[in-house]
Amino acid sequence: MVSLNSYLMLGAVLFSIGAVGVFTQRNALIIYMCIELMLNAVNLTIIAFARFLNSMDGHVFVFMIMTVAAAEAAVGLAIIISLFRNKATVNVDEINLSKG
Amino acid sequence: MENAWLIPAFPFTGFLINGLFGDRLKRIFSGCIACTAMALSFTYALALFIRPLLADVPLEAFERDYFTWIEAGTLKVAFGLLIDPLSLLMVLVVTGVGFLIHVYSIGYMHDDPGFSRYFAYLNLFAAAMLLLVLANNFLLLFVGWEGVGLCSYLLIGFWYEKQSATDAGKKAFIVNRIGDFGFLLAIFLIFWTFGSLDFQVVMAAAPDLFPAGAPTLTAITLLLFLGAIGKSAQLPLYVWLPDAMEGPTPVSALIHAATMVTAGVYMVARCSVLYALAPFALGLVAAVGCATAVYAATIGLVQNDIKRVLAYSTVSQLGYMFLGCGVGAFVAGIFHLMTHAFFKALLFLGSGSVIHALHGEQDLRRMGGLRARLPLTYWTFMAGTLALCGIVPFAGFFSKDEILWEAFAGGHPLLYGLALFGALLTAFYMFRLVFLTFHGTPRAGAETLAKVHESPRTMTIPLMALAVLALVGGWVQVPLVAAGKRLGAFLAPVFEKAEHLLAAGRPLQHAGAWQEGLLMGLSLAAAIAGIAFAYRLYLARPQLPNRIAERFGACYRLLLNKYYVDEFYQSALVEPLRRLAEGLWRGIDVRVIDGAVNGCAQLAIALSGRLRRLQTGYVHHYAWTVVAGACGFFIYILSR
Amino acid sequence: MDGLQYLLDCTGILPILILFATGILILLLDAFAPRGRKGRLAALALAGVLLAMIGWWRPLPVERELFGGMLFADSFGFFFDGLFLATAALIILFSAGTLDRDRIDLGEYYALLLFSVTGMMLMARAANLIMLFLGLEVLSIAIYILVGMPRHERKANEACLKYFLLGAFSSGFFLYGMTFIYGASGSLSLAAMAAAFGQGDLPHNPYLLLGTALLLVGFSFKIALVPFHMWTPDVYEGAPTPITAYMAVAVKAAVFAALARVFWMALPSLQPQWTNLFWVLAVLTMTVGNVAALVQTNIKRMLAYSSIAHAGYILVAVVAGSAQGLTGMLVYLAAYTFMNVGAFGVVILVQERLGIGEDVDDFRGLGFASPALGAAMAVFLFSLAGIPPTAGFVAKFFVFLAAIEASFTWLVILAVVNSAVAVYYYLRVVIVMYSRAESPTSLADRFGLGRIPSAALGALIVALWATLQIGILPQSLWELARHSVTALL
Repeated sequence: MVSLNSYLMLGAVLFSIGAVGVFTQRNALIIYMCIELMLNAVNLTIIAFARFLNSMDGHVFVFMIMTVAAAEAAVGLAIIISLFRNKATVNVDEINLSKG
Repeated sequence: MENAWLIPAFPFTGFLINGLFGDRLKRIFSGCIACTAMALSFTYALALFIRPLLADVPLEAFERDYFTWIEAGTLKVAFGLLIDPLSLLMVLVVTGVGFLIHVYSIGYMHDDPGFSRYFAYLNLFAAAMLLLVLANNFLLLFVGWEGVGLCSYLLIGFWYEKQSATDAGKKAFIVNRIGDFGFLLAIFLIFWTFGSLDFQVVMAAAPDLFPAGAPTLTAITLLLFLGAIGKSAQLPLYVWLPDAMEGPTPVSALIHAATMVTAGVYMVARCSVLYALAPFALGLVAAVGCATAVYAATIGLVQNDIKRVLAYSTVSQLGYMFLGCGVGAFVAGIFHLMTHAFFKALLFLGSGSVIHALHGEQDLRRMGGLRARLPLTYWTFMAGTLALCGIVPFAGFFSKDEILWEAFAGGHPLLYGLALFGALLTAFYMFRLVFLTFHGTPRAGAETLAKVHESPRTMTIPLMALAVLALVGGWVQVPLVAAGKRLGAFLAPVFEKAEHLLAAGRPLQHAGAWQEGLLMGLSLAAAIAGIAFAYRLYLARPQLPNRIAERFGACYRLLLNKYYVDEFYQSALVEPLRRLAEGLWRGIDVRVIDGAVNGCAQLAIALSGRLRRLQTGYVHHYAWTVVAGACGFFIYILSR
Repeated sequence: MDGLQYLLDCTGILPILILFATGILILLLDAFAPRGRKGRLAALALAGVLLAMIGWWRPLPVERELFGGMLFADSFGFFFDGLFLATAALIILFSAGTLDRDRIDLGEYYALLLFSVTGMMLMARAANLIMLFLGLEVLSIAIYILVGMPRHERKANEACLKYFLLGAFSSGFFLYGMTFIYGASGSLSLAAMAAAFGQGDLPHNPYLLLGTALLLVGFSFKIALVPFHMWTPDVYEGAPTPITAYMAVAVKAAVFAALARVFWMALPSLQPQWTNLFWVLAVLTMTVGNVAALVQTNIKRMLAYSSIAHAGYILVAVVAGSAQGLTGMLVYLAAYTFMNVGAFGVVILVQERLGIGEDVDDFRGLGFASPALGAAMAVFLFSLAGIPPTAGFVAKFFVFLAAIEASFTWLVILAVVNSAVAVYYYLRVVIVMYSRAESPTSLADRFGLGRIPSAALGALIVALWATLQIGILPQSLWELARHSVTALL
């Protein structure tokens, strides 16, 4: 049987990869995908805890997170498209009208 | 006494009427409403004062909590008023002098477009000031304290078209915040220590809880004094008061001479018990007061703006009041506060009359020879000057002399000597002012001079009333005469406790009447010497001052530029702060945070073996700070 | 749970249901409403909020749990529900005029506003981390869209994208934190956590500590605590002004409510640890917020930094950690809501009249052209600066007093110094308002003197009244807040 710590490590690695992606990617879409990766790392961790704690709460929570993430993705895509219409770019490095 | 709340309520109603409907009222109504409100308050206070006097019984202190203002846990603050001899005296001064200044303002401001706004502010000020002196607890006092500060700011900047006026208003407000900061901390500390903010409770508890010189009390009193320094324009926070002269002259008379600036003195006197238990703070009060008295007087020697001379004189006289309180003679401090209110209001109003006659001219170098043209102003102004210089039998003589005597009798010969020197300087600069304004040859342009006329009745009547007060105001406390100290007897219930505590702390001084008489003669001589010196310099040999100025060029410039204190503040405090802000903005937000972010980024690249190249962009930066913060949390967790 | 119980629980969330239904109704009607007559949707939204207020009001709050321990119906939630409803009503009233100018589709705007209020209410009442997360996301997703509502403005687009990406990013941390707390306690319910953490060697439970830290990252981001504040000025600047005001007060209040719930109800045993973190955050937040605000020329950015600083003062109450401190926090949030919405309201009205008003200098002469607006703005700014007798002073007084009683005197000294610094930038606006650049008549024409729309005028009067009422007679608010916090302790 795989130990809890292995799952947690995997979750942490996935989370870190997602977080690093947020820093390193320019494309707003890809950044959002990295954030999704972070959320899925969270899901994995929760499921692992739920399994090892014999608790149902975590299973329910995962479904909630997936639903919310879907809603967030819909809104996020709309936001990125509306920016693209005005600016013809989704490169976050070019987004700097407000600063200071 | 049940209806003591009426005293601040009258002017507040006046403020509401003038503030809400002022535009639609006829000018004369605006003025009348404001004056009536003050007159009603004054009459009510006078009735309170006279009733026990007629019955020949001492005034009984009256305290009433009208409603609970804040109740939070153990903190209970009521909207409560306290009428005791001290607050009643303050109320009489504020409403009495205030009323005369309101009347004067009708004439002085008659063609100003902001007439009703002016009276609304003036009434609001009176209401806040009355709240300040009547409050029975520290927090309510603080509300009045901030209220008068706000009105002062509004009235200094009354002529907002002038950039200098708005700047001066801002300066006054911000410098005062430094003092308020101390005051607010003192309030917290008092509540923490005593569990109450009520004056009576705190004063009653203090001697039982703490021995003299307890560090807690010293901290409280020092913080309170910081507040007083700001409000009463003492070293080193006096810089706002001379600039405050940008406001209309009656405002200078009411707020920046007679009433608001004395709030600090009132507060120290109100906390006399605490100060009596904190000898270090009390000593500091005396030292700061004395230093300010002399320091401001030296600056006053060379100022050329008639109102600025009076402003520095006010700073100096406030120093005397603090000196009085600081040597434990609270009665003397309050006595001087009262007489000063009379004669300084008179002097400011008189100078206003001169400025009015000369159509806004304030420079002494373009005055002179006005005695014949403005006889009433001249004679009333002279009365105020004599009072300020301390010439028998004017009011200032008695009050200032009592402070000097108490300083000497309390065993502070150094302070006494400095204060005596200050008295000489006072006499000199005041008579310099009088000679340059009213005597000698006219230096104003012929055109202006032709139009010079005595001020209207509404302005001269208050002048005469104040002149009478400046003459007789001191007779309530006559030294060396049996039963002469009537003011002292009146105020005794308030200061009894503090004086008892102070007397316990130091050996009894044996000073005879002959000593007091001798010192009295000495201070009179100093005043006369000052006058004679001014006469010699400015009347007998008018070219002499210029020669002196040349001879002692550096000294003269130092005084003329007010010891360069403003410049010092500008370069040592304001400029670095502005630069710090600028630097934080450009440096921290743009460079350091971004820099740290970039630094972290480089570290990450190095650590991950250049796994990926880091791209910088604003969203990236913000994300990095989030992670940096998270790292901070982790470090804290790991480091425990 | 039987059907009756379920119905009974539904009455416990009546305001949420009413707002939700109104939001759906607005979305439906919006599809059929003819162009140009959509102003009525604002009235409908307002009616929904007022109806929710009726559903909200109870003379005697009952402390209970709803839906099998998912939500609380307690006095703490009651306090915040009222605060959110009041804020929403004010924002709707202020929004009416600006939306046409920004070419915003009315229907969605009001529907999203109402949805976000339901999210806040869920957050403040959450008894379970799932509800807390759902509330936060309902709130956040609605706000992401609201920020980007002026679709044709690049600044709004960019602000929207920044807020969205960073918000989602911080949500990741937030969730990850919840996960570890779940792992440490075995439950997602706050009550069960408190029971689980009641014993044992807590400070050495790595899951718990890691979870708390990550959770705090999420909270700090949403409240905009330094160093998680970087997004705030940009987003506040780009968003439509009513939404800026809404974010500055209501979102912060909701997250503070959730923070109080989690830290006081579930993690009280960890108090020494989180107190240390909070005071560092408080010091940074106050100082950076105030100092950065000093040199701002854009009034929305200035108010953004000012809101960061205010979050720092509120944290002082959290640091105090006592019942007094918590009560002070509630009072502060209420006072801050009214004074800040009022100040933003004046900015909204000026922008509406002039078409400009982003820059502090645009307010030159406002005090003469429109004395009512000028005076109201002055009161709000003085209140933000904490000068008596306004709400801002009373709120600061309570918070600082609580911190002194908890022996954080040095923190209070720092906070008082900070609020003295803050006077400078608030006063600058007052001075600009009362200095004259042009002839008063021309300005009066520009401002449309005396023609403030009645909706906005009503909102302004309510905000002004509340600011002065709390400042002069804070007693009833304090009593209410004190009663509310008993639910947590």
